[in-house]
Amino acid sequence: MAVYLDHSATTPLRPEAAASWIETASSIGNSSSIHSHGQAARRTLEEAREDIAATLGVDGIEALFVSGGTEAINLAVKGLYWSRNDDADRPVVVVARGEHHATIDAIDWLVAHEGAEAAWVDLLDDGSIDTVHLERVLRENADRTALVTAIIANNEVGTVNPVDRIARLAVDARVPLHLDAVAAYGHVPLDLRALREASGASGAIGPVAFSVSAHKIGGPQGIGVLALHRTATVEPLQHGGGQQRRLRSGTQDVASAAAFATAARLAASEMDPEQERLKRLRDRLVAGVLAQVPDVVLNGPPLAGDRRLASNAHFAFSGCQGDSILFLLDMAGISVSTGSACQAGVPEPSHVLLAMGRSEDAARSALRVTLGRTTTETDVDAFLAAIPGVIVSARRAGLSERDVGAR
Amino acid sequence: MKVLAAMSGGVDSAVAAARAVDAGHDVVGVHLALSRMPGTLRTGSRGCCTIEDSMDAQRAANLIGIPYYVWDFSERFKLDVVDDFVAEYSAGRTPNPCMRCNEKIKFAALLEKAVDLGFDAVATGHYARLDRSSSGSIELHRASDEAKDQSYVLGVLTREQLEHSMFPLGETPSKAVVRAEAAARGLSVASKPDSHDICFIPDGDTRGWLAERVGAETGSILDREGRVVGDHDGAHAFTVGQRRGLRLGVPADDGKPRFVLEVRPKTNEVVVGPKEALAIAEIAGHRFTWAGDPADETGEPFRCDVQIRAHADPVPAEARVVQGSGGVEFVVVPDVPLDGVAPGQTAVVYLGTRVLGQFTIDRTVSAVPVAAVG
Repeated sequence: MAVYLDHSATTPLRPEAAASWIETASSIGNSSSIHSHGQAARRTLEEAREDIAATLGVDGIEALFVSGGTEAINLAVKGLYWSRNDDADRPVVVVARGEHHATIDAIDWLVAHEGAEAAWVDLLDDGSIDTVHLERVLRENADRTALVTAIIANNEVGTVNPVDRIARLAVDARVPLHLDAVAAYGHVPLDLRALREASGASGAIGPVAFSVSAHKIGGPQGIGVLALHRTATVEPLQHGGGQQRRLRSGTQDVASAAAFATAARLAASEMDPEQERLKRLRDRLVAGVLAQVPDVVLNGPPLAGDRRLASNAHFAFSGCQGDSILFLLDMAGISVSTGSACQAGVPEPSHVLLAMGRSEDAARSALRVTLGRTTTETDVDAFLAAIPGVIVSARRAGLSERDVGAR
Repeated sequence: MKVLAAMSGGVDSAVAAARAVDAGHDVVGVHLALSRMPGTLRTGSRGCCTIEDSMDAQRAANLIGIPYYVWDFSERFKLDVVDDFVAEYSAGRTPNPCMRCNEKIKFAALLEKAVDLGFDAVATGHYARLDRSSSGSIELHRASDEAKDQSYVLGVLTREQLEHSMFPLGETPSKAVVRAEAAARGLSVASKPDSHDICFIPDGDTRGWLAERVGAETGSILDREGRVVGDHDGAHAFTVGQRRGLRLGVPADDGKPRFVLEVRPKTNEVVVGPKEALAIAEIAGHRFTWAGDPADETGEPFRCDVQIRAHADPVPAEARVVQGSGGVEFVVVPDVPLDGVAPGQTAVVYLGTRVLGQFTIDRTVSAVPVAAVG
């Protein structure tokens, strides 16, 4: 039987969300139309928006539907950059080295095309943002910083960052903070209102935005939300009908929004017991790997405590290529990930692991195993049964590659 | 058998993979990522290495119904093929990067990884045949379609490599049959153009590409007597046998066209002379391999055919393997002198249709010796 252990890539659509989608998609109406068909669609859309907003600690008007995490992040990062440079010269974007490519590449684009300066913040060896360094970078770029952007939970190694601390630093530096909550959503509580209160944020300073994506919590692929505080504004990426505070024009996808809302409600209501369940499964999986496989390192924060996503296990199997392990496990019917971005299907050595101070070889030997709602004890058993043999083969192949070089 | 089908995204490797499935093997498609910075779309006659090519390979694998993966050999490829190509040219030799890729990547790095990961064989879309001798030894033969035959570029494979190789297109009467078969199977690559150029040189401009890497400096063109008869913008741009593109200020004594006879990268000199001087009466090399059972290495001469380029005609010859002062040397004396032989080229030696082995040419003997040079 196929075993799916790549829930951070995407997690299966919840049946209830699928039912919401089908129910909504078969009704007529553009949510921007004035007639009653349009009004009905609008009502469904706004109810969905409010439900999702509630899971993020924002008002409905603050939740902008977008196509997914990447668009949410692009809209936040580029949009805040542009709006912050309207009235003053603030070329600096403060960002840590372990962010998702959506963030890094958006900033690289701003640097290449808009004259932005990226101020890079180091990671600690557990994958968390070095807040001492962050504080210094913010101080060094006082009055020149457009925004800070930070990932709440790292999508590769599962590190949960000290968001309260980061929020306070942004408030102290008087800059807006965007938080990439894509990997954290559904796993750790998100509450923009509470975070702003705790950090002393006021107006468009401090934490102002969360980016989330529906398919990471059992919603459909192709929809996400940028939760943008009412005091903050972004320059839009796309122009047209002026929907959604004129910040994101285009007919809104009501069916996907309804399905997203269903998934968001369920994920929020199940969060505590589900995280406990995943943590037990994950801890057993990690213990089993460490007991059975020699020379393996668990990357990221320790399992105990709340500094790591309960669903995440991330290993470095020395002497292996991550893609060999992935291939062998796939042949055994088990889907996992190397965790890093792909170019034409080729995993790059993870920039996150490199930023954590790992060697390129160690970064290439990485394997990410992520659990989710459908994961069972049987899945963990299947993984633990397969992994020792897989690593023996992958190590043989890894070593033969080095021999080729020595010839 | 568990078979890894190397899929470039072209029609040949797609049909080869499909035939391996039809033959009852358990097949997995693998695309080799050879470039760190692949282009997005295919251009001109390059046959691989863009993201579009890898998508073509994936679509073919989907249609054939086999799993598909991309394996990254870009680092190995850069070291063993691209850097080697530049280094060989810099040293005045004329390498064949496709052979190097077969020798070091497809049938070495890929094959070894495949075997380590549990595969029995690697199948490719090369046009060549495998057979067994009466004693059961593996043999590499020319393809049934001699016009498409690619046994030359596989000449570097050793017995061990051939034992783990599979060439499902070898018996095909013609490429047209392969295209028709691809179309019948519904493969979208059926009408994809053939690739000709070196895959890592974007626009087919080998000279321009080399000039950027080797560096181009003005140097002299000499005649066989050592007189300066012209100048050039960099010796690496010339290959032995070349006639066009020579800037010669001093006409030849006999007024006949002159050809590149020799490239001397160390002194950045190009030597030219009459066509007759291109004729090579003997070629030899120390770096050789046997494709299966070896020939007699006692120095006894034997009859064979020799081929010195992928698309050259084979020439009947007498060969011997001799123990010389510089080690064991493969020496071939063609029945008629060869034209356009450059050091660095691979000489593949055939017994009939069978590939016996190959060597890299490192020594030549001119059919028309020059008494006084320089």
